[in-house]
Amino acid sequence: MGRGSDRAARCLFFLCALTTAAALLLIAAYLILAGLPALREIGWKDFLLGKIWDSAHAEHPQFGILPLLLTSLYGTAGAVVLGVPLGVLTALFLSKAAPPKLAAVIRYLVRLLAGVPSVVCGLVGMTVLVPFLRERLDLPAGDGLLAAVLVLAVMLLPSVVEMSEDALAAVPRTYEEASLALGATEAETWFRVSLPAAGSGVAAAVALGAGRAVGEAVAVLMVAGNAANMPSLLGSVRFLTAGVALEMGYAAAGSLRQQALFSIALVLFLLVVLINILLYLARGRGARP
Amino acid sequence: MSEPILLSARALDFYYGPVRALSNICLDVPARCITALIGPSGCGKSTFLRCLNRMNDLIPGARAEGSLTFHGREIYARGVDVTALRRRIGMVFQKPNLFPMSIYDNVAYGPRLHGVRSRAALDETVERSLRSAAIWEEVKNRLRRPALGLSGGQQQRLCIARALAVEPEVLLLDEATSALDPLSTARIETLLGELKTRYTLVLVTHNMQQAARVSDRTAFFLNGELVETGSTDRIFSMPRDRRTEAYLTGHFG
Repeated sequence: MGRGSDRAARCLFFLCALTTAAALLLIAAYLILAGLPALREIGWKDFLLGKIWDSAHAEHPQFGILPLLLTSLYGTAGAVVLGVPLGVLTALFLSKAAPPKLAAVIRYLVRLLAGVPSVVCGLVGMTVLVPFLRERLDLPAGDGLLAAVLVLAVMLLPSVVEMSEDALAAVPRTYEEASLALGATEAETWFRVSLPAAGSGVAAAVALGAGRAVGEAVAVLMVAGNAANMPSLLGSVRFLTAGVALEMGYAAAGSLRQQALFSIALVLFLLVVLINILLYLARGRGARP
Repeated sequence: MSEPILLSARALDFYYGPVRALSNICLDVPARCITALIGPSGCGKSTFLRCLNRMNDLIPGARAEGSLTFHGREIYARGVDVTALRRRIGMVFQKPNLFPMSIYDNVAYGPRLHGVRSRAALDETVERSLRSAAIWEEVKNRLRRPALGLSGGQQQRLCIARALAVEPEVLLLDEATSALDPLSTARIETLLGELKTRYTLVLVTHNMQQAARVSDRTAFFLNGELVETGSTDRIFSMPRDRRTEAYLTGHFG
């Protein structure tokens, strides 16, 4: 034992870290290399703004991903709009209002929810939510954007709850005391002082949740209907992720169709990177003196 | 003392769970003067102060027995609107605890909370409160800047302004200058002298010179009991209890 083994250990750790970093860089490099050819052939504009995705057409396949892109954006936004208030209020309850024992139970359940595989979420959505929507809203089929939004909203809850609760717990108690001493009720204090003070952490939670939602494939594949229509709330829609997952098995190696699927993957990757940049900015804004 | 008695404790006991923090406190606080609560750490003076606006309610297991009245009404009676009580009895804490908002929003927080929406009314209240707290001239050109950018002494005066903005009758100060430098402390002491013409002030202090300088009446606490109370001049010149004398002459504390 001694200096030598310490140096060996450091080398090992470094190699591990390098492997992790290399995995990301390799994925990014591969996506760019594999995604660019179809983009060049189809053209950026036609690819991103084209309204028709008909990749399997024998003579005139069309590769416009606007329906898929908008579906992913709307679906994510919808899930955020529904899931974030629910998650943030849950976090507020857990960190401020709940009796400690009840909070511990709910916290445990939230953690369990985070561990539910997405295929199980999709399955429940498919067998419970979709028939429910079909009957209640009198639709020909219950699957579509609305069902996907609801499933995604539930799936992004755990990360929103956990991150928001951390942010709320970090709000100095003295802020809340100051508010109470001015004659605010506890609830007024949570909404007017605690939540704004935890704002950057909550914003980070939103970005994290959005990242989860935009990248989710299996669950949305099972409930969205997957027709590449321009998105409508009750209609069948196809997400970017589902687009790749559905067709990859049928696309001939080296075909334009397969290359276009890689381009979709590249767009998806860039979306996630964009959301992560927003996440980073949201956190940075919170780091005040 | 010709001023009416505003706050009055009779045989007040206070418990944190099984621990008795105050026993048999009998103390009158007259209006429009400064009452100083002195005594060594853990003597109960801060606990007593926090009984007056029921900030102790936030501690699980805390309870009061006996009588504590404000304008003759029991503070700990059932059904007392604690938020209304705290609106009339404001508090300034040991460390400045401004919200991470602008200077203006800090002062406007209380009035907004209590329903003031009109821009003109808010502007007027903010200016009046900042003037009352002797900080208007220093901040009038940067009301929209973050309050946390001010110096410690300025922050504490802003905390006073924030408390005054809800127009309380009583202002409680819990060692409000202990985190400040001597110059900032002096400014706040001068300010307290001005405020007592309009407000009733109760201040907890570790600093006996401060009590002697600014207060009209002094109450000496020891081990959860009120040892002695009276006019500040009398307490400091002719303490009746040997323990008071020992504390004031620096034999302990």
